[in-house]
Amino acid sequence: MKGTAWKFGNDIDTDIIVPGRYLIYTDEERLSEHCMEGLDAEFNEKCKKGDFIVAGTNFGCGSSREHAPIALKGVGVAAVIAESFARIFYRNATNVGVPLLEAPGITKIVEDGDEIEVDMEKGCITSANGETITFKKLPPFMLEILEQGGLIEYLKNKK
Amino acid sequence: MPTMSEKILAKASGKNQVEAGDIVIANIDVAMAHDLTGPLSVESFEKIGTEKVWDSSKIVIPFDHQVPADSIDSAKNHMIMRKFVKEQGIENFYDVNAGVCHQILPELGHVVPGEVVVGADSHTCTHGALGAFSTGIGSTDMAMVFSEGNLWFKVPETNRFNITGKLKENVYAKDVILNIIGQVSVDGSTYKACEFAGQTVSDMSISDRMVLCNMAIEMGGKTGLVEPDKKTINYVEKRSNKPYKVFKTDLNSSSLNIIDIDVSDLEPQVACPHHVDNVKPVSEVDQEIDQVFLGSCTNGRLSDLRDAAKILKGNKVANGVRMLVIPASKEIYSKALDEGLLKIFVDAGALVSAPCCGPCLGGHTGIIGPDEVSLSTSNRNFKGRQGSPDGKVYLSSAAVAAASAIEGKIVVPE
Repeated sequence: MKGTAWKFGNDIDTDIIVPGRYLIYTDEERLSEHCMEGLDAEFNEKCKKGDFIVAGTNFGCGSSREHAPIALKGVGVAAVIAESFARIFYRNATNVGVPLLEAPGITKIVEDGDEIEVDMEKGCITSANGETITFKKLPPFMLEILEQGGLIEYLKNKK
Repeated sequence: MPTMSEKILAKASGKNQVEAGDIVIANIDVAMAHDLTGPLSVESFEKIGTEKVWDSSKIVIPFDHQVPADSIDSAKNHMIMRKFVKEQGIENFYDVNAGVCHQILPELGHVVPGEVVVGADSHTCTHGALGAFSTGIGSTDMAMVFSEGNLWFKVPETNRFNITGKLKENVYAKDVILNIIGQVSVDGSTYKACEFAGQTVSDMSISDRMVLCNMAIEMGGKTGLVEPDKKTINYVEKRSNKPYKVFKTDLNSSSLNIIDIDVSDLEPQVACPHHVDNVKPVSEVDQEIDQVFLGSCTNGRLSDLRDAAKILKGNKVANGVRMLVIPASKEIYSKALDEGLLKIFVDAGALVSAPCCGPCLGGHTGIIGPDEVSLSTSNRNFKGRQGSPDGKVYLSSAAVAAASAIEGKIVVPE
């Protein structure tokens, strides 16, 4: 997968990913309109399908709102690559089909707007100037959940 | 030798013993979804296609985030949930008049020691104050619980905060937990159970213990926990007929990390924008305020209202400051009415509202504008949390909130 990396800092919380006042919506489209708007009002416009978010430690901390990964899915984020993730968000993102890749050191080799390449099978990320970094590969069942768009679709297809 | 989390999860998964790091499938005793996370949970449940929920007596649906409905969209969300409750025969449904989920679940006897409790809300960790393993989950996981009655968990390691020392007169449980989060940071307990123990915690009321456990998530914790004692049993037996089981932690457990905290010299604390670990003594903060919020699942309990009323009695909220007081439940509201506390607030110039989450999550009442400053007794001060991303939120105890409302700036209560 190739795409543009949009870079954020540490402790990006779920109120940043989608603020509380929009939780009355449940659909991808309306939630995605407000994704990350507290830090970057144009994020929904500039993030294209297949792009990546690169962030520091503790990405997704805070609320259990599944609206947050749904908003990221809505703007077309192919994966979030971070130094580390918060717990509830990790489960929620997997459940709705947004891959989370834990790659310590990623913020040192990627700058905002860089074109990067992610190889899910090899478990490695290549930066704009050719540096590579590995991430812990996801287990096969998780890859299957993500490929099918989330846990519910995965279960339905298994039946 | 196991921790109390390991013991509870072993029981819930039908095993003799489990260890931190094990993945277990645990049976759920209580599952809670509210008016804001409920609609997504119901949507996912319907996609799974299961006709009936696993056990309609174990699901609790309270409305608290957007009550009464403030827009057509929130009214529609309420309708979705009322329909689900009716169709599924959910026995424990609390409409717009009951209060905040994390207060009414313990208060109305839905949580007892030794249970596994899940809630589609991150502050579900509050219920560990009664010795239950209680954690926040998302809506898809909640749909799985509605359908199957169980969920997979990674058994957590434990950070046990051994808290000792007598708190000074104007220092409260909120100051203790803010201080701890300031020390360990917002990801200092990620994936871990946070146990609160030691003489200071033994001396605390159940309400105070709920304050500690409520904010375990603010350091990344999977749950907050306090070992049940006589106070817990008295609280629970008054409110619930459910059987309970007391679990305690073996102190020689290999998955236990003990952190000693001495609070004898602790001063009133405040968490400054925009992270909960940006904690300072109130005396070091010089900040004028526009709004004060006294309420929420952290500090909207009767003891908080009493502490604030004592300070506000005979005083006035400063010119140019708005103060919102929102008792956390119908029971608290009613008692505060009987004790004359609400009159003290009204006479001081505060606005008293019916039980709900209020401005805490910036979705309903009391939203702040650009450059406005809110001092709040709630649990999160993230950028944009209470409205404008250019606003600022400070977090404190009820006493600091009340004293600051009078002064118009953040001050130490005298």
